[in-house]
Amino acid sequence: MVERARGTDIACHLILIAGALLVCLPLYFAFVAGSHTVADVLAVPFPLLPGDQFLENARVAWEKGNLGRLFVNSLIVALGITVGKIAVSLLSAFAISYFRFRYRMLAFWLIFVSLMLPVEVRILPTYESVANAALPLQWLINALDVGGWIGALTGQRVEITVEWNMINSYGGLILPLIASATATFLFRQFFLTVPEELCEAARIDGASPLRFFWSVLLPLSVSNMVALAIILFLYGWNQYLWPLLFTTERDMATAVIGLKHLIPRSDMEPAWNIAMNAALLVMLPPVIVVVVLQRWFVKGLVDSSK
Amino acid sequence: MPHTAGTLAEVRRDPGGTAAAPAARTAPVPVRPLGKPASRAAGRAGLKRSHFRQARLPWLLLLPQLLILALFFFIPALRALAQAFLLADPFGTRMQFVWFDNFIALLESPEYQSSVWVTIWFTLAQNVLTITVAGILAFATDRVIRTRGLYRTVILLPYAIAPVIAGILWAFLFNPAVGPIAHALHALGVGWDPNRNGWDAFVLVTLAATWKHICYDYVFLVAALLAVPASLLEAAAVDGAGPALRFVRISLPMIGPTVFFLLVMNFVYGLFETFAIIDAVTHGGPAGATMILVYKVYQDGFVHIDLGSSAAQSVLLMIFAVILTMLQFRYVERNVNYDV
Repeated sequence: MVERARGTDIACHLILIAGALLVCLPLYFAFVAGSHTVADVLAVPFPLLPGDQFLENARVAWEKGNLGRLFVNSLIVALGITVGKIAVSLLSAFAISYFRFRYRMLAFWLIFVSLMLPVEVRILPTYESVANAALPLQWLINALDVGGWIGALTGQRVEITVEWNMINSYGGLILPLIASATATFLFRQFFLTVPEELCEAARIDGASPLRFFWSVLLPLSVSNMVALAIILFLYGWNQYLWPLLFTTERDMATAVIGLKHLIPRSDMEPAWNIAMNAALLVMLPPVIVVVVLQRWFVKGLVDSSK
Repeated sequence: MPHTAGTLAEVRRDPGGTAAAPAARTAPVPVRPLGKPASRAAGRAGLKRSHFRQARLPWLLLLPQLLILALFFFIPALRALAQAFLLADPFGTRMQFVWFDNFIALLESPEYQSSVWVTIWFTLAQNVLTITVAGILAFATDRVIRTRGLYRTVILLPYAIAPVIAGILWAFLFNPAVGPIAHALHALGVGWDPNRNGWDAFVLVTLAATWKHICYDYVFLVAALLAVPASLLEAAAVDGAGPALRFVRISLPMIGPTVFFLLVMNFVYGLFETFAIIDAVTHGGPAGATMILVYKVYQDGFVHIDLGSSAAQSVLLMIFAVILTMLQFRYVERNVNYDV
């Protein structure tokens, strides 16, 4: 604060209050709608105060939308993306910045060229790749036991066979979203700032590369990992286009997709109270994450964009 | 693009990046002599000065990433590229190589042209609105000390909310049958109906997209404003510059690179990440009034099953994406050079 200026300060508070109200407006009306009966919501002067049906509506939404099952799916997908992407990225960033090997620059460019194309623009071919089973890579996948590896990461056994069709599987929901180098880039940038002395000291002490990675680099990266994990969790939980295409069975959908099915269409009973209630329920986990872990979230947001 | 990225510049300084690989034979974990002058190794394109030399381990470490990228990035991208030059009959039994016919048909089709214009107006409107509102809020946040955290928490909330949910919330508010704001508009005599009126739909989609994205710009602008040296602002205040003048003359030029970066990111968001909002609010309608390019790729590919055209659209979008990424790298470079 440079000088005292009461008028400006009050104006600033008013601006911020207006901004906060703008943010809250849709959320408030969702809450109001979610706490009334259908009849009240459809009444022409829309109720301005919340009603007393919130818990009842939440129960109906939970059952009608199969949200219990879908929340578990969303959790598995979001955590799978988070853990998978961080693990994969840490390893490859370590390889890129701490090893000198033949074709290192080729590997570098293969990875970082993927920064350029968001998943949305290659949506159709990616869908085909996954639906038509990756036959040529089958032997490789078997040899590497990718399924067991994913299983270890997500806690969910993923079966991979020759007729591999990942529609309606957790693997199909998770893996294509891991395929980008944003996190690798972030960890690489971080590794470049780690003091050289640490690696020199580790080598003088006779540590192997993996030992150095595990005992020195990994502990140093914890704060970056946490910050990134929050961003990736939100990203995973809030995915829409991908689960929409990849899940045809209702039991394999994510919570966000389940919510979409609760939105009244013209030929349905206009149960907006249930839909709005469900919207609040589905957005609750990420909102809690952002509010509780705000400091980390802001760090992750700023880091992961550079 | 000779100097788009810091990484590109580094590559050029390292013509012999693989020259030392044979040394890997000597010992399991060979150690570079510590006494060597650092300048020789320093240019190795993002390689730590103190590093390991092994032939196999790094590839093992890279394997998961490269595998996933091959399966879900390279193969699909190349397929899109190939499909863009092919024409399949409706049953998908025969493929014919048609050179640029798909692109020509696409660029000549009035639907695509209208979609391009909708996308341009939509991304522009969303971009300007987002950065302006975020800028005003960030400016206010910078001056307020008490309750700053509370405001920030509330303003950040939309980041946690899925784009599709943001779309649903706004579609509900403005739903002509039940929405409270639509009721208010009707009471004021405005014939609001986004299901029939293209302009209404466009406004609604833009509002929802902006609402969802303000928080992103806000985070960066607040951080950038905090980094403006207080000494400069104090000196200007002593010279008699008020808060608004200081903002325009000192803070704004100092946060220029951040603003540039955010404009690029807003375009990326508007082009690619608003799919869910469109799908929840308007489905691209009415009559294509909100049919942005990404939504059209999806519509043509999955609803109308016009694979060649959809692939050609994907390729054009990829070109957009690459250009935007280049711009983004420029920001990274500037950020490193000038430390703003």
